[in-house]
Amino acid sequence: MQNNYRQITRNGLWDSNIVFSQKLALCPLLAVTGTATNGLGMGLATLVVLVASSTVVSALRSMITPEVRIPVFVLLIATIVTLVDMNMSAWLHDLHKILGLFVPLIVTNCAILGRAESFAFKNPVLPSLVDGLMMGIGFTLSLIALGIVREIIGTGGLFANASLLLGSHFSFLEMTVIPDYKGFLIMSLPPGGFLALGFMLAGKRIIDNRITKTRTASTDKSTDNNTVIDGSSIAA
Amino acid sequence: MTAPKEPAYKKHIGYQGGLLGGFATLAAAFIVIGNIATHDAIEQRKADDLQRSLNQVIPPALHDNNVLKDQVTLKHEGKNIMVYRGTLKQKPVAFAFNISGQGYGGEISILMGVDNNGKILGVRILSHTETPGLGDKIEAEKSHWVYNFNNLSFNKVPMEKWRVKKDGGIFDQFSGATITPRAVIKAVTEGLSMFNSHRHELIAPTSTQSAVQDKTEEITRQTASTETATTSTRK
Repeated sequence: MQNNYRQITRNGLWDSNIVFSQKLALCPLLAVTGTATNGLGMGLATLVVLVASSTVVSALRSMITPEVRIPVFVLLIATIVTLVDMNMSAWLHDLHKILGLFVPLIVTNCAILGRAESFAFKNPVLPSLVDGLMMGIGFTLSLIALGIVREIIGTGGLFANASLLLGSHFSFLEMTVIPDYKGFLIMSLPPGGFLALGFMLAGKRIIDNRITKTRTASTDKSTDNNTVIDGSSIAA
Repeated sequence: MTAPKEPAYKKHIGYQGGLLGGFATLAAAFIVIGNIATHDAIEQRKADDLQRSLNQVIPPALHDNNVLKDQVTLKHEGKNIMVYRGTLKQKPVAFAFNISGQGYGGEISILMGVDNNGKILGVRILSHTETPGLGDKIEAEKSHWVYNFNNLSFNKVPMEKWRVKKDGGIFDQFSGATITPRAVIKAVTEGLSMFNSHRHELIAPTSTQSAVQDKTEEITRQTASTETATTSTRK
């Protein structure tokens, strides 16, 4: 059942989204989502590490014994993060100047250890890779969503410095949403992260509840229909 | 767990230890390889960054040497301060050095350039942890504030005027952030006093030639100067 890629995708993007359902990795989340661009960069860096660590853990899972799995996972993740950090510093230096501070934090990102432990260690390589990818995309989208909310309310702009991150082709992303905005500083600071996250978590709960309600409602309806049909058949 | 039929050797303490040791060795090997592969590129990028900053505080038109390679170590109040020197026809004309100030959110690292008469050529913030949106106006990309230092010297503006307007000086403060510009001004003032107290040894043309020719040589010049009372007069 775990090999069902549709289910994996659904889990990663919505049902067990790292941020909004598992509520993991909140430390880097609150630190970097002051602007949407930083959120995007951090999300992409985490995505790369997550895909690599899930794949490697899954490939080596027959070798690793349950007793020593945690130190081995930590070693693997730390190695991957260090390599990503060094390569970014060497080949994507401008990006590294923005994200350099946050990349080593990925080691402490419990979401990566969580996926290694709960998925990659129990599943074949390909599903693990897809799981890492989808969880990473879900994480990236969450960071961007939070970054967008905080940046618009905090500074009135959106995707500031996006061209630094993605290259000059993407400078069109940088925009001023609210002109002559004085700024609402608390949203750019960590407390704003908590506030925005709280409202977004509440929003997700509302949507989830509505989905379950419509689902139960539709099943109720269908059972009602059945009884009606039954009744009519009896009457007939 | 996935494998219910675990072979007996996997339960052995030797296997567990070996596994952990093996992974540690492998991880170390990968990091060593990664380091070898990226070390030169990272150093090059860092040098590029420094070069770019140096070009901003010492205009390239002023000198004809490679400032990055012409360093002098200055001893000031027991600390070694690295001074990058721009020379024109072997004569020192401009100097750049790193200073730091204590801002609202932590250390502010500043690079400043001074010509041989003690006039500021440029000031740039290399790194800081000030509040985004308030204190970060000290960055040249965010506001023009830092250009206020250009062409200033103690001859032009007396030292007691090197303050924010709120404190009776000539520099603008930012609305909502006074500590940050205060810290930058203080650091720059101290940097300039330090330069002035060592000006004569720095602009002396001696041993410049060898420094230009032998790039790796660092010239350390002793100084017994204690004429730094200027820095302590400021609050």
